Amino acid sequence: MNVLGFADDNLILAQRLSEWVAAAPDLELDIAVANIALDHLGVARALLTHFGDLEGKGRTEDDLAMFRSERELTNLLICEQPNGDFGQTIARQLLFDSYQVGLWEKLAGSPDEVLAAVASKALLEARYHWQHSATWTERLGRGTEESNRRMQSGLVALARYVDEMFDEHQDLRRGFDERLTPVLDESRLVLPKDPFPRRGGRRGMHTEHLGHLLAKMQSLARAYPGVQW
Amino acid sequence: MVTTATTLSPHQLLDQVMDPELPFLSIADLGILRGVETVGTRVRVTITPTYSGCPAMDAIRKDIESMLDSHGYQPEVVLSRAPAWTTDDLSPRARDLLQQHGFAPPQPDHSVGCPRCADGPARVVSRFGSTACKALMVCGSCGEPFDLFKELR
Repeated sequence: MNVLGFADDNLILAQRLSEWVAAAPDLELDIAVANIALDHLGVARALLTHFGDLEGKGRTEDDLAMFRSERELTNLLICEQPNGDFGQTIARQLLFDSYQVGLWEKLAGSPDEVLAAVASKALLEARYHWQHSATWTERLGRGTEESNRRMQSGLVALARYVDEMFDEHQDLRRGFDERLTPVLDESRLVLPKDPFPRRGGRRGMHTEHLGHLLAKMQSLARAYPGVQW
Repeated sequence: MVTTATTLSPHQLLDQVMDPELPFLSIADLGILRGVETVGTRVRVTITPTYSGCPAMDAIRKDIESMLDSHGYQPEVVLSRAPAWTTDDLSPRARDLLQQHGFAPPQPDHSVGCPRCADGPARVVSRFGSTACKALMVCGSCGEPFDLFKELR
């Protein structure tokens, strides 16, 4: 199993989500986004540590998070996409949560006991994230013309990153559709099919956005290696 | 003064280690204390996180170490993630204590009664509250906001 890939998805999404802290539409959303980011970060830390153990080169979670460059990061492209407006963020979260609930369900039965334990724990959290994303999708989709338009533009912008999530796990596509479609239908939204899906995150081929994210995330650790704060 | 290891057992000492965010709840009542093995003065304590990213785990680990260490034990704290913690692991006492301190204990649905006026129905303000384990509610009757300890299972 691709432990490093799963770790990177959660690491990068946590960093991206935390950009909303103190900037979300209201205080409750600030707190919600921070909580969700924290869950993803906790999963990332556990999986990076586990990868370090499996690799056996003595790399710690911090080494792996802070001292790998863009081409060494293996997260899915959807995780690094900019937040855009709040509609686009919710679109990304709904798509990713709908995928991740199925992924954790599957990995909870993994023969890798550490991965299975992390997955079983993360599954409970992912379901809660999904509920939050689904609630907000409905609120935006059925809210005003403007909120519907923004959420729909978010889905259009992200549609090209959907297929990559299933490259390693074709079997998760059906569950994904079953979680996603009723919510979108209820919300008067559609996920368009993009004729040119983008992929490459797992091989370190990223969109331009990851480098900027890493520059912020890693600057302190790289400027002051070993710093404690 | 260092008390000798024989005065209080590790279990008795661990009953005094509280959750930093809910300081009226011991880690045992919260259900995150998974095991205590004692060999002589060496104590191996197993704990499990409530949420994957719970930032209180480091503080709890330090509290356990200093509590045991100051009573003459040599502690080792181990983090175990399986089986995953759920709100079913809360002790019955924990539910009473939450209620007494103005928190609604976890409920299967969100049909929560207000812990202050015992009336309802309450509505969800935010599914995420001030810590990972809480949601923010407001009472439909008295209008008072309160925290719900989120159901997780």
